[in-house]
Amino acid sequence: MVTYEDIWQALSTVYDPEIPNLAITDMGMVADVQLDSNSERVVVKLTPTFVGCPAIPLIRAEVEQRLRQLPLRDVVVEITYDPPWTTNRLSPKAREVLHQFGIAPPPVYEGPEFPLELLREPVECPYCGSVDTVLQTPFGPTLCRAIHYCN
Amino acid sequence: MTVLPVELQPALKDLLYRMADDALILGHRHSEWTGLGPILEEDIAFSSIAQDKIGHAYALYQPLHELGEPDPDRIAFFRDAPDFRCCHLVEYPNGGYDFSLMRHLLFDVAEQWRYHLLESSRYEPLARLARKVRGEIKYHVFHATQWVIQLGARGTEESHQRMQQALERVFPLALGIFEVTPYDELLAAEGIFPGERVLQERWLETISSVIEQATLQLPDPQTVVPAYGGRRGIHTEYLQPLLDEMGEVIRSEPDAEW
Repeated sequence: MVTYEDIWQALSTVYDPEIPNLAITDMGMVADVQLDSNSERVVVKLTPTFVGCPAIPLIRAEVEQRLRQLPLRDVVVEITYDPPWTTNRLSPKAREVLHQFGIAPPPVYEGPEFPLELLREPVECPYCGSVDTVLQTPFGPTLCRAIHYCN
Repeated sequence: MTVLPVELQPALKDLLYRMADDALILGHRHSEWTGLGPILEEDIAFSSIAQDKIGHAYALYQPLHELGEPDPDRIAFFRDAPDFRCCHLVEYPNGGYDFSLMRHLLFDVAEQWRYHLLESSRYEPLARLARKVRGEIKYHVFHATQWVIQLGARGTEESHQRMQQALERVFPLALGIFEVTPYDELLAAEGIFPGERVLQERWLETISSVIEQATLQLPDPQTVVPAYGGRRGIHTEYLQPLLDEMGEVIRSEPDAEW
């Protein structure tokens, strides 16, 4: 019988296509998992980082493929905007993986959404640990990244 | 999904088409800056905003599909100009960076208010999307505001003058965003969207403040003729060629698997 744990385990082997070892479960992309009482049908809801994220169809297909390897009769994967993804959903493991990849994860903040003022705060350089950094542009190489320069 | 009365559907579809078509067309215009931006960061900024806009269009074509319209790709690439409901503002070619930047500001402030008003919409799919998109559009507004103020108030005499000229050119087009449709009253009465007049008022307040900070002169809305027509399918000469270009590949092999 398939359990929630099996499902989570399967989901934790789906990675961000651009960042090695960053599992969607650590990114906070999994918004909801519903397994029916017979453990035959699962509905998984994914909340994308950005509405226009081009990786969504790929991640979705991979999730479907992994879940189909489990003895389930029916697998449904939906995209939802509720709850909206925020950087607060990143797990400590995700923060560590991002750091190793050269991306400084933003600090955990209070309130429902990322305050723009935080963008102007110096971030810790993931390469050398210096905080002598400045925001260069809020638009980085992908929609979910900003570029800061380390002095 | 929220079940809405059938008689509301034409009004709702019209609203979704107006928003989605604006986002799709402006997204394509912005994407034309890819590789051509005045500096690398601006090239990336316009490309990123383009990607967001096209993503928003897709997210709006999706509920339209659920309401019985064709699938998002078909809606985006197989219609001709008279079936589009975008405003004239988004159709114009990019021209110079001054024009593009001013259009970006005037459009995105309207977009930010529109989604803000939709956060409490009775039509749940739109309210959910609005709450998600909020976090994205604030970056667009942030970007446009910074640059317009920079070039208006802290640049050179030339940059100030060019931003002023751009404002005078873009302003009547931007008023076309708020063309009232026959569905406005119904949408407001049903708690779906409070209407274009309410939106325009909010927009004008915010825009006036940014334009003042940029030391530019806002034209008097009373003396300007708004560029209406887009919401009724009457468009500028620039839309059809753009649609032909956007759909050229997919139309040549409509059933191809990508």
